[in-house]
Amino acid sequence: MAVIIRRVEFFLITLWAAVTINFILPRMMPGNPAEAMMAHFQGRLNPAALHALEVAFGVNTKETIWQQYVQYLGDIVHFKFGISLSNFPVPVMHVVMQALPWTLTLAGVTTVISFLLGTLIGMIAAWRRGGIADNLMPPVFVIISALPYFWLGLICIYVFAVTLHWLPSGFGYDEGGNINLSWTFIHQAITHAILPALTIIVTSIGGWILTMRNNMIGTLSEDYVRMARAKGLHPMRIMIQYAGRNAILPNITGFAMALGFVVSGLLLTEIVFTYPGVGYLFLQAVAAEDYPLMQALFLFVTIAVLAAVLLADVANALLDPRIRAR
Amino acid sequence: MAYQPIAIQEPAPSPATPAPATGRAAWAAGFVRIGAALSSNRKAVAGVLILLFFTVVAIFAPLIAPYSPSAEAFAPGMPPSSAHWLGTTSYGQDIFSQLVWGTRQTLLIGLIGGLAATALSVFVGVTSAYLGGMPDHVLSVITDIFLVLPALPLMIVIAAYEKGGGFWVLVGVIVITGWSFGARQLRPQAQSLRNRDFLESARVRGETSAHIIVFEVLPNMVSLIVAIFLGAALYAILAAAGLQFLGLGNPEDQSWGTMLFWGQNQEALMIGSPLWIIAPGACIAALGAAVALINYGVDEISNPALRGRKRKKKVYVVPNP
Repeated sequence: MAVIIRRVEFFLITLWAAVTINFILPRMMPGNPAEAMMAHFQGRLNPAALHALEVAFGVNTKETIWQQYVQYLGDIVHFKFGISLSNFPVPVMHVVMQALPWTLTLAGVTTVISFLLGTLIGMIAAWRRGGIADNLMPPVFVIISALPYFWLGLICIYVFAVTLHWLPSGFGYDEGGNINLSWTFIHQAITHAILPALTIIVTSIGGWILTMRNNMIGTLSEDYVRMARAKGLHPMRIMIQYAGRNAILPNITGFAMALGFVVSGLLLTEIVFTYPGVGYLFLQAVAAEDYPLMQALFLFVTIAVLAAVLLADVANALLDPRIRAR
Repeated sequence: MAYQPIAIQEPAPSPATPAPATGRAAWAAGFVRIGAALSSNRKAVAGVLILLFFTVVAIFAPLIAPYSPSAEAFAPGMPPSSAHWLGTTSYGQDIFSQLVWGTRQTLLIGLIGGLAATALSVFVGVTSAYLGGMPDHVLSVITDIFLVLPALPLMIVIAAYEKGGGFWVLVGVIVITGWSFGARQLRPQAQSLRNRDFLESARVRGETSAHIIVFEVLPNMVSLIVAIFLGAALYAILAAAGLQFLGLGNPEDQSWGTMLFWGQNQEALMIGSPLWIIAPGACIAALGAAVALINYGVDEISNPALRGRKRKKKVYVVPNP
């Protein structure tokens, strides 16, 4: 239990740090970006919206910075992110909620696929030391880790969409399509998701393979594996149920740490494929100087990453008694 | 126990290090050892050669590039020919010349961004380990916070407030988001050195903490510091390219990232000038692979477990924004 409480503590501290960064950055930056944004949208907003912005970004306000900070924290706790300037007068929450399902589906499906596939390949690579998977993997992984992810996405577009015409080059569904639960729409959504998903899987699978392989090499030298061999158990059973099963736990934690990078890859991929998710929205918000939307998205992405890290830590503590005992 | 919300494979403290050298000589010895190890490692040699190639191109860019990189002097969208090896952009600029000139800024960002981020990693990681107690606890928590905060969104937010930053904004953003990884790796290593006898004797001699850290502790961690620098340099190159691609750099800069930005901006893939995008990306990949290959070699020195009769292959997971 102590472990879980410590993890929750860390979750809250980091969350507070992210909110505070959001609060401080526009006030700290030279050239006062918030004031420039307000000037940009002057005349297009009604006085009430303008006032809300002044409070949120600390422009023309008589309150001290501490009063502003307390009020800001209160708004965040109540999910009050204000009005999206580029979609005036739609609230930020509403805009985010439209993009969220796209990103969650894409991220969820690709994470599951790349976890299953990566773990399997890593397991086999360690089982057959010096085999094809084991020899081919490190150099391939070195090269993939050095590729700009967005560039890989661009190449995918060029090869599969522009040259071969196999798949659409972007967006989440066909132009003029309606979002509903019909088969045509689902079919469209899947065809549009294949290329982004492929890009994300190729770039994220290496981490899974590598950690799994390194852990598995460790467990393979354990006595219980030797014991299983001596008993003459089927090799598949030793590989999966003895060595693999014990190697998989650290894999979860190891990847939780790399999650921030996976999210970055996801955002860039969405941008390249103009996929209607959070990443693309993020770029649009930046381009339109829609700071309230941008801040909210930064916070949402951070919360998602933190929650996933927390989940992995808690799962680990529940599954592995050694961690709980510490 | 120290605060440890995230498990990282920590480098094993080297058990059988010979009596450590100290002072300036130790720094020199550390680098000599790395040089020797690199030259005997095929992968590392390949990496160094690629890096040398790009360095030569960067230094002699004015001599190598046939045309000005920015002059819109030719017919737009020409395919590759003997006059224009990689064709021209839709503004009528020579793509090959842009590629050659772009090497400069890309390498410079890798070097300066990597050095600055490493300096901060070393400062936080080693200070934290050396001081121990409450300062260690606070610094560790800060390191872990920056480790899990998603780097790219944070970079985008800062760069957005800066309204398209130039070189130094990019470097700043890279340092802020890129130092925590190295600090986290350095701390356990520095901790394992902390109670060794030669440091105790330095303390008895009455040396200051700063002197001990710079001339006694750090020289014994040279190989890990170099590995962290290489990781940070790769991170800097990829991060800068990503931000510039998104239009958050200065679009007037000559770099591979801005080439990608303009190429994407003009839909180079759709209008039949794919080299405008393929070439700079391939160069970033080659440069990144070179850095990763050198890291491979350095890793074998910093981690004695990887040497020995049968060498275990190990690859660092390098953060890729």
